[in-house]
Amino acid sequence: MPLYAAITYTADVDWTRPEFAAELVEYNEFGAAAAAVLRGGKALYPTATATTVRVTGGKGGDVVVSDGPYAETKEALTGFYLMECADLDEAVQLAARIPAAWAGAVEVRPVIDFGN
Amino acid sequence: MVRVTGDVDLAEDAVQDAVVRALERWPVDGVPASPRGWLVVTAKRRAVDLVRREARRSGKEAAAMMLADPGGEPPEVVRDDLLRLIFTCCHPALSEPAQVALALRTLGGFSTAEVGRALLVPEATMAKRLTRAKQKIAQARIPYRVPAAEQLPGRLRAVAATIYLIFNEGYAAGSGADVLRTGLTGEAIRLARLLVALMPDEATAAGLLALLLLHDARRPARVDAAGLPVLLADQDRSRWDAATIREGVELVGAALRRTSDRPDPYVVQAAIAACHDLAPSYRATPWDAVVSWYDVLLSISDQPVARLNRAAAVAERDGPAAGLALVDAIEGLDGYPWWHASRAELLHRLDRLPEAADAGARAVACGLPASQAERLRRRLAS
Repeated sequence: MPLYAAITYTADVDWTRPEFAAELVEYNEFGAAAAAVLRGGKALYPTATATTVRVTGGKGGDVVVSDGPYAETKEALTGFYLMECADLDEAVQLAARIPAAWAGAVEVRPVIDFGN
Repeated sequence: MVRVTGDVDLAEDAVQDAVVRALERWPVDGVPASPRGWLVVTAKRRAVDLVRREARRSGKEAAAMMLADPGGEPPEVVRDDLLRLIFTCCHPALSEPAQVALALRTLGGFSTAEVGRALLVPEATMAKRLTRAKQKIAQARIPYRVPAAEQLPGRLRAVAATIYLIFNEGYAAGSGADVLRTGLTGEAIRLARLLVALMPDEATAAGLLALLLLHDARRPARVDAAGLPVLLADQDRSRWDAATIREGVELVGAALRRTSDRPDPYVVQAAIAACHDLAPSYRATPWDAVVSWYDVLLSISDQPVARLNRAAAVAERDGPAAGLALVDAIEGLDGYPWWHASRAELLHRLDRLPEAADAGARAVACGLPASQAERLRRRLAS
């Protein structure tokens, strides 16, 4: 069955801190409920820990490193799940159960299957 | 049809052709006694034609298809195929412009060039829009399916919204515009009729058709000799189409009876339109009823534009000051030309002329159509 990436956009927080433990429980509940169709997923540290890498002039050129995420967005890109679903409707229904969707947003995108 | 032809594209083509023929022939021949049966027969005939044409590639296909045909596709199958097409075209994962373009192309049978002309978009752009939409359907796997019962009400409203968008494109087109564009109102009504025929128990479909008919009935009075739009208040109601109003009102009545416990936004909007269309004059409009209907609408779908329209009705019932207070309290419409135009009108009635002129200028700056801007200019100068 096709795979979808569910990319979570939420408040830009450090999920390891105790004040977010309760919210994490909700994510764990989702993970347990959807275990049969989840094929992976990780939470990311906040965007302050991000580093953006570019190579100027193309392959082999100078590596330019800058502090921060690629894009400053209203909510921050904070994690992702890989979900195996029959079609987009199923993926959407599932994504709506991710806590990020309740206050932030979840972007659902089909994963390319290169055949092996 | 997919069962008979085993190929979604071919099935879609055949069903679409049958729909196109239905939409062309029914107004001429009158609706056939068994419309679904008619669609089955035509669709099958068309599919066989299509396969025969492509049989150059493989004579086996045509033969296999004949064998697969058990000799009588149930009408429910064709009805299902049409519904699937409609719900897929109008899937919320597609952008609104993509939904409108797909609906006109696939359900309306417009060519890509015709869709472009109708929507004032260059053909090459329209071709890209359609291709991207079909690519999204394929790559994201938007399912070719009638939504499950839980999703149906919301999805049906999305279909209605797309058809309403098509209607408004045609309605907003100025006189002298391409007839393919002004004809969009007729196209939207045809699609609404199709939706009612396919889902006769759904109040949303009946509400949409009623709403479109009740708007369309006023069209003969909408434009004056100079080609300028005539406001509802000034329209010559003797030019309204009485038969269309009758049909719309009957639809509203039936739909209201069906949804007494759970109002449907399209049925309610149609009820508001019926209040206007049944009034012998603007002054005699039952404004209290109109405001009440807006209250119902806002309770199920609180949108700023609906609030604006309610405020206009309150202004008629309680005077411009009351109306203006409500208009000013609506947030989020600062970029909406009609919000500024409403303010301009109410300020004018309150004799606050410099502010009215300001509001009029803001309306134009926000994109009020030229013909409406001219009408407003004349009004503010009076």
